[in-house]
Parts: sequence; structure tokens; C-alpha cells
Amino acid sequence: MRLTISHETVYRFNPPMRGVVQSHRLTPSQFEGQQVIEWQVQVDGATRGAAFRDGAGDWIETVTLLGPVSEVRVSVRGTIETRDLAGVLRGHRETVPPLAYLRPTIATEADKALRALASRALADVPQDDFLARAHALSAAVSAAIRYSPGETVAGTSAAQALAQGMGVCQDHTHALIAVAQASDIPARYVTGYLESGSDGGAHEASHAWAELWIEGIGWIGFDPSNECCPDDRYVRVGSGHDAEGAAPIRGVAEGTGIEAMEVDVRIEDANSPGNQGQTQQ
Amino acid sequence: MFDADAVRAPYSGLLDWSRNMPQELRSLKQNEAEALFRRIGITFAVYGEGGSPDRLIPFDMFPRVFQADEWARLERGVKQRAKALNAFLVDVYGRGEIVKAGRIPARLVYQNEAYETAVCGIVPSKGVYAHIVGIDLVRTGPDEFFVLEDNCRTPSGVSYMLENREIMMRMFPGLFQENRIAPVENYPALLRRTLASVAPAKCDGTPRVVILTPGHFNSAYYEHSFLADMMGVELVEGADLFVEGDFCWMRTTEGPKKVDVIYRRIDDAFIDPLCFRPDSMLGVPGLMNVYRSGGVNICSAPGAGVADDKAIYTYVPEMIRFYLGEAPILKNVPTWQCTKPEDCKYVLEHLDELVVKEVHGSGGYGMLVGPRSDKATIELFAQKIREKPWNYIAQPTLALSTCPTFVEEGIAPRHVDLRPYCLVGENIDLVPGGLTRVALTEGSLVVNSSQGGGVKDTWVMAE
Repeated sequence: MRLTISHETVYRFNPPMRGVVQSHRLTPSQFEGQQVIEWQVQVDGATRGAAFRDGAGDWIETVTLLGPVSEVRVSVRGTIETRDLAGVLRGHRETVPPLAYLRPTIATEADKALRALASRALADVPQDDFLARAHALSAAVSAAIRYSPGETVAGTSAAQALAQGMGVCQDHTHALIAVAQASDIPARYVTGYLESGSDGGAHEASHAWAELWIEGIGWIGFDPSNECCPDDRYVRVGSGHDAEGAAPIRGVAEGTGIEAMEVDVRIEDANSPGNQGQTQQ
Repeated sequence: MFDADAVRAPYSGLLDWSRNMPQELRSLKQNEAEALFRRIGITFAVYGEGGSPDRLIPFDMFPRVFQADEWARLERGVKQRAKALNAFLVDVYGRGEIVKAGRIPARLVYQNEAYETAVCGIVPSKGVYAHIVGIDLVRTGPDEFFVLEDNCRTPSGVSYMLENREIMMRMFPGLFQENRIAPVENYPALLRRTLASVAPAKCDGTPRVVILTPGHFNSAYYEHSFLADMMGVELVEGADLFVEGDFCWMRTTEGPKKVDVIYRRIDDAFIDPLCFRPDSMLGVPGLMNVYRSGGVNICSAPGAGVADDKAIYTYVPEMIRFYLGEAPILKNVPTWQCTKPEDCKYVLEHLDELVVKEVHGSGGYGMLVGPRSDKATIELFAQKIREKPWNYIAQPTLALSTCPTFVEEGIAPRHVDLRPYCLVGENIDLVPGGLTRVALTEGSLVVNSSQGGGVKDTWVMAE
């Protein structure tokens, strides 16, 4: 599938800040499932530098703006060709050992309820069928946490989301990481884009899902929000131990201003006229 | 200090010196030493204890002495260990050969909370992660030294090594004329040379080195400013540095100056809010990106802590064999890991004879010295171990060597340990000396300054 993406993030500061530093993870991953045709990240008035590919295979760039800064506009535009690999992250170069993804963060720490959810999900699945175990965990998370925007916040943990029984893709992903790690399966947070067409079935254009390490195969994506594995509608950008670690933009502003953020993501199937967009505030 | 009931050779002259010192002169000198420490401002803030944060560490005037040949062996052992620890760090953040070879359990390394995935794949300048390695040693026999623990992050206390010497030389110049004592004063120059030698490849002039401190509330702030003075480099806090483009810069009255090497005395978690703890106010936003793209070096490297973890410690002799193909010169203390069920069972059955420590503990807090504890304390520890076995390791209670020490009644033996500071850059250097800590309470084996320990000057006799 050939996808055209436009992703604009605007930060407004009032009063203006003395300076802003951001770390960007905004460029698609390199693996057999996707090939960038063209890609551009633009920030007006910014100094860019300190760019590198990290141990997890993500392309990272650093952006600084000197004050007074009242607005930062990060524009991502690009076209990418995707292939359906049934969620398998084939041909991705990285050096982080999978076992390092067994260590939970505050967001992905499994409490009693998450552990119980994991063991119920795996009760009837053979010990050595790693793939079936991963699917069972993903299905259990989808069933336990209903997709419902506005019920959780950025700082909501997996345990809190499960207790509420509601959440968005971030909460689903944290919960899947938690139950996987509790079942001794390395797991991580993945960010990217999702082209959901006009059927209304899929959620969130700027999306997140989990990858689980399956012995004998490698990293495989699981999207509990849409109860599937990533296919050619998905664009993988970066990964981390949790939402914060994998965040497309991490920033610090120096000053006392109040920050407001606006995100607009549009994804189009370059070969079909329909488009969809979404604005988050 | 005693060898078959006789005082060991290096001490005999000093014993005469101390015995011939009149009581009045002794108290005069003791007061003078204390006044000097106060004047230069070297104090030690004790965590978790009430009272003044500016308490002096007691200074004992009786020096601890090594003969040249004893030291030569110790030096080889310390350098060997520092080399192996660095080889291990480059390996576990790279190809992980030691893990693949099955010489150390993968989970112990990769699930360790000090293992930092943000630096996977990075080989720092000259292949060095731990630039200052402080190795805590005890002596149990004439030729027998045991390593208690390795410190690969930012070992503190080196300012005491330098100040103890300085004060001894001021108070007893005669001793330094009668004895040929190897100098330690060149440590700051060596440290600066070591740091400059690991400047990143992108640095094309004379490297600018700075010390990054969390600020004056930190208990080791004195040492940070002392070392900056002695090395002739800037002492900075996070707010003095900023990132722009490919580099890290220091704000100065003459405009920004590029910084090439940061000797940081803040923990990994606080280095950069964009990479680690987002609430850190002590670090520099974006610094890790500049580090990871080769624009600046950070010493010790983020992630170095995985090598000095108390559970990893058990495998250091294995690292020496694996990376260097040598037999370890310094011994490890046999260690039981409570996370292993059979070890845990043994520990619980022998608590009255063991020393129990927290895996990530330091400063002598939260530890149990079995032979010197009452039943209730032992029972309390047994409970803690049962609740969190992975949090504890245990070691036998060692017969630590003693050193003559001034006490109320005259001179008496007190237990000591030693922390030499090994510098690793382009070269590996060890100044002949270190920090000797002494347990001032009779019979005590805990030398931590936070637990009533004192310090002594450490002499290495020149050939």
C-alpha cells in the first residue's frame, strides 16, 4: 500500500519560553515491511543536529529553538510503500537484546489484576506455543479494556487502565506489555500511523501498539485496540519501553509559560481518493 | 599490622614514633588536624542520620603502610580488574559475547536495573565506560586481598586521599623526610589527562573538560569543587550547559564554549530529561542525543553501573578469564545470592555468621553483620530476605586486617579497608595510595563513614 502522511504538531507557549529542546523520533523504521519514498520533518526557526540511529533501530534527531518561543510547529510529511508481513518485524536492524524488554516501567508494571488476567488468558494455551500465547494475551487485553477515548490520561498506568476497564491505544499497549512481561515474554511499545479507511472500524491515525518477542520468529506486532496484527495499513516509526520512552516528540521548554498542544494527523491511501484526518487537543 | 605476634616491618618505625609522642603533643596535633579539615571545608554529609550535615569524618593520624612489593601486586590486580570491567561493558552493550558463551546469565545482565538500553550499540571513545574505578579491598593475610565491591559509576572519596596526605605532610614533615613515601599529589593531573584522552572524535582542538555536579546540596559537593580546582577545570551545574546543533555548550561571560568531556557526578537517571527521568532538573535536555551521536563524552558513561552491581560482582573473576585470558590476581569474596533458592536457604540457616547486604545498597546502610547482631535483628533480616530474596546477597564475615590506630588509651589495632582509584582512558593509571577507612569502634568491621568510620593517610613506600 502506498500511504501519504501529514502529521503536524503545534506547541503554543504563553508567555513565550526562553528556549525549547526536543528529541524527535519521527522517521519511519527501516524493515522489509515498509520503504520510504520521501520523508520530511520540518521545524521553522529551529537548529537541528545530534542525529543518529539508536540501538533499537530508531532514527533520532535533536531540535533546539532559542527564545522567546511562542510557538513550535513540527511538520512531518511523507510517502511510504508498505507491505503486509502479518505483524512480523522482518529485516529490522537493532542491537538491544530482547531480554532487556522484560523489565517493566512504572507505566507497564503488572499488578495482581494484570497477573491474574495473564494467567487466565494462558490457562488453556500450550506452554510451547509461543505465538498462540501472544495472541491469547492480546485478545484478553482487548476484552478487558474497552476502547473509550477521554477516560484515561497520558500518565495512566496499565494497572489503572485495567481497573477502569476503559482506555485508548496507549492503555491497551501498556496493558499488553504488562501481561506479556508477567508471562516472561519480552514486550515493547511501538508508535506509528494507521490508515483506517472509511469503514470506521479502526481507531486513531496516530497510533500505538505492542511488539512481543516470539522465540524462533522475532518481534511481532499486536494491536489490541483493533484486535489484529499490523498489516500494510500500519506505518512503524519507533519503539521504547513504554509510551514515554517511545514518544515521537519529547521536549523540554525553559520558562514559566503555559503549554498548549495541537496534533493533526492525515493519512491517505495514495491510490484511493478517500482520506481521513483527526485532530487531538 | 602484626605478623606472627610481631609488628610487621613497615610499621616498626612508626610505632616508635607514635609511642614517643607525648600525650600533650598528640592532642595538640589531633586538634590541629581537625582545624585544618574545618578550614578547608572538607566535611561529609551523612544520609539518613540526624545531626549536622557538616560533620567531619574522624581523621586518624597513624598512617596505613604498604611496602613497594605488596603494592606492586595490588596495583596489577586493580588494573586487571578495571580493564576487565570495561571490556565487559563494551561487550554487553555490543555483541554480548560473554552472555552468548554462557559465562554469565543473560537475565542477570539484561534485566538488571542498571542496564541502560539507551546506550546499546555505543562504543565510547577509546572503548571506556568506567573512567574512574574505585575498588574496595580488604586484606585478610600477608598476601591475601579480597575485593568487597567495584565502583564503576562515580566513586567518591578521592579528595580524602589527597587531603589526608596534605595534612600529614603539614603536621609531620619529619616523617616524610625519614621515610620514602610515594607521592599521590599528581592524581588531579592524571585525572585530567585521562578525561582529555577520551574526548570524542569530533573534538578537533584541546578538549574542554568540565565537572557536572548536582549542586551544593549534594553530600559530595566539596569533592566536586575540590577536584575542579585541582584540575583547573570548570565546575558546572545542569543549567550552565545547553545543547545546540551537534554539540553541548557551556554558558560563559564570553559567550558559549563547546564542551568535549563531562565528568559527571550525577546519576544516570538525572542526566537528561529527554532520555531518562523527565522530571529531572539537574541534567541537560538533549545531552544524551549529543553523547550518542558522538558530540561529547560523558564520564563515567551512562549504563556503566551494570558492571558494579552486587549480583554481577560474582562474575568479575570470570570476566578477567574471558576477556583477558588471565588468572584473577585479586580474589572475590564468596557470595551467596538469595535469589537462588539453595543459596537463600543456606543464608537463612547461617545468618549469625554472615554479612548480608542489599544488592543496590551502599554506604553501609541496610546491612547485617551476623556475628555482631542480636537475635531480634537477625530475625528481622530473615523476614526481609524471605520477602524480597532478590534484593539481598550474603558473604562470610572476613577476618579483616587491622592497622595501628590512635585510641583513648594509646595505640590499638582497628580494622581497615582500602579504596584505590584506578584511572582508565588511553592509559590505565593508579596512583600509589588510596582511601583507607578505619572502623574506630573496637572490634567493628563496618568502616563506612556514615557508620562511625574514620580515615587515614595511606602510604606506599618507594622502592
